[in-house]
Amino acid sequence: MTSHFGLMVIFSLLVSVVFATLMRDEPREQLAFAGRLFAGFIGAGFLIGWLLYPLPL
Amino acid sequence: MPATTADRAQSDSTAYLIGAAAWLVPGLGHLWLGRRQKGIIFLVALTLMFVFGLWLEGALFPFQLAEPLVALGALADVGIGLPYFIARATGAGAGRVVAITYEYGNTFVIVAGLLNMLVVLDAFDIAKGRK
Repeated sequence: MTSHFGLMVIFSLLVSVVFATLMRDEPREQLAFAGRLFAGFIGAGFLIGWLLYPLPL
Repeated sequence: MPATTADRAQSDSTAYLIGAAAWLVPGLGHLWLGRRQKGIIFLVALTLMFVFGLWLEGALFPFQLAEPLVALGALADVGIGLPYFIARATGAGAGRVVAITYEYGNTFVIVAGLLNMLVVLDAFDIAKGRK
């Protein structure tokens, strides 16, 4: 639950739900928008993770 | 979703009152305006996010004007409203810097406060008849 990935998923889920509720009025639109946002968060997390992978710490 | 009272613009004082209520309890402004679904989602999601941040040993930052970033963090923390004051009163949010989840906790707490500020602005706009 407190892994990097797990926390990213929980954070993305909560932020996506709040943004979608804020920016859309119809429940179906909210669900679709939240899904797109969530996928964007997770996708961007993976992409940035892979881009940073070769960099030395 | 059909709005009820929100279809009519509120008076200035009522709009500010709704804004204050929305800040104090996440989602209360939307509930007041008859937008029950939105209000309940904000109440649950934002409160959960704040509590989760504290559970991850995040800190509630003090208002230290000498440290601008800490002061900004404190401002964001206060954005969640009543849960912030409850956490302060109960001694939660001391933060444990060496905890592996410390920065995650801070992120959850700060973002919960900032999102609630957006929710407050949304409720205020609806009350003023702009949305």
